[in-house]
Amino acid sequence: MASHAHSHDSTHREGYDFAHPFPVWGLLLVFAALTLLTIITVAQASFDLGNLDVAVTMVIATIKATLVMLFFMHLAFDKPFNLIIFLGSFVFVALFIIFTLSDSRMTSSSFEPVDDEPPVVSTSG
Amino acid sequence: MATTEALPETHDSHGHDHDHPPFLAHHFDTPEQQFDSGKLGMWLFLVTEILFFSGLFCAYAIFRAQRPEVFIGCSEFLNTKLGAINTGVLLFSSLTMAWAVRCAQTEEFKKLTGMLAATLSCAMIFLGVKSIEYSHKWELGLLPPAFYSYHPDNPHHEGVSMYLIYMALPFAIGLLGLVIWFLKAKASGDLFAIAVAKPMIVVFACFFVGVGLGTILESGETDHHSADHHAAADHDSSETAAAIAAAPSDTAAADGRALSSSDDSIRDRLARDETNTGIRGEVRARQRQGVVAGTGVVPRGAEIAGPIASVPTNVNTRSQAGVFFGIYYVMTGIHAIHILAGIGVLTWLLVRSVRQDFNRQYFGPVDYVGLYWHIVDLIWIYLFPLLYLIR
Repeated sequence: MASHAHSHDSTHREGYDFAHPFPVWGLLLVFAALTLLTIITVAQASFDLGNLDVAVTMVIATIKATLVMLFFMHLAFDKPFNLIIFLGSFVFVALFIIFTLSDSRMTSSSFEPVDDEPPVVSTSG
Repeated sequence: MATTEALPETHDSHGHDHDHPPFLAHHFDTPEQQFDSGKLGMWLFLVTEILFFSGLFCAYAIFRAQRPEVFIGCSEFLNTKLGAINTGVLLFSSLTMAWAVRCAQTEEFKKLTGMLAATLSCAMIFLGVKSIEYSHKWELGLLPPAFYSYHPDNPHHEGVSMYLIYMALPFAIGLLGLVIWFLKAKASGDLFAIAVAKPMIVVFACFFVGVGLGTILESGETDHHSADHHAAADHDSSETAAAIAAAPSDTAAADGRALSSSDDSIRDRLARDETNTGIRGEVRARQRQGVVAGTGVVPRGAEIAGPIASVPTNVNTRSQAGVFFGIYYVMTGIHAIHILAGIGVLTWLLVRSVRQDFNRQYFGPVDYVGLYWHIVDLIWIYLFPLLYLIR
């Protein structure tokens, strides 16, 4: 199996030489950046940024996600069509979440949270 | 290759002027076309995954928008350390996965097997840590609304949780099976089986590495535990036990039920001792929860109609904390199911990689599984801050 029939004659044929290995230093660099961003996002959680809190964590998460997408998932060098499909899904996600969120605030009064009693102390361990 | 002689006869009829490599399905002209088609299919699948998870994120957004204080209060129960460790483990597994794709492209077969095994091991560590988190919460009664029964004064569970044993059992059986398989292969000299079983034993053992890691971090945590829990659960962590024993009144620390229920003054006094991390943590968590649920924070858009006394001070109810944990379990649980599925396909890749199926013109399966694995990582990248890092 190790002797590949194609390896001696087909390497330079059109459609046969398409592997573009991503360099190891690039992989390590992306990993280092992701780890650093994780540390930053954990560290910032101990500062009170008020309403900015969610925004900041989400921006950091999105930077991380972009790094993973571009380099680990090869979207930076891939056929653009794959990128368009993938980003297209987020358009629909945004539509879905925006409309559902605004709906949930406007229509349903039965949706309001209930203030019920806390559970009682259990007697058995 | 034996097939190269036989193939031209069968394939010349549909217009090929070259022989087929064995990995090239004959409805494709070139390996690149085959690869691109598969990749497009994989991306379409990933889109459905994104849309699928968006439903969960939407539920999260609705409930968080309505009751931000519930999310802040309940997030105290999630151990940031465990979440951060799991984030790191998943990121590292993404690195090894991307590296595995590279190894398949450069035809470094030994390294490819190693990288896949490393990815699998990280997946197992993730699940091991997760099982500690889950079993710990289940013991406390931090469950979805129908089963939610947490109360700060509930007696704490001691020793190893039964839930943990149930979750670890399949992995223990798997490990045992692999060891038996390995020994049989060793006896019969089946080199292929040995080459597969060896990395897989490491992979399954890594689940228990994760369990150990989770136990150590969980016992060292100071976020919401009362002293008796520390005193009881930390048989292995002699450091913490010693710290509690060194406290001025160790009998009071050991009898934590009285402490956690009413005697604030003793607790505060104990908490002044730097070494008393358990009680310090509990006091801090209580103060924070008090601020959060009481007068300290007025969520945007919330109306304060009555006097302060009418503002709900206790989020520890089924319809509040229970709903949070419902969302938490569904989101992290479905993510964990994706990890399990990833373990399945990665094992398949590992077997094929030992068989040396992949080369620089046929690395599609590794690449596609890699894309799937990165999506799982991507979702965790968002889940971690949304669940663990709320304040």
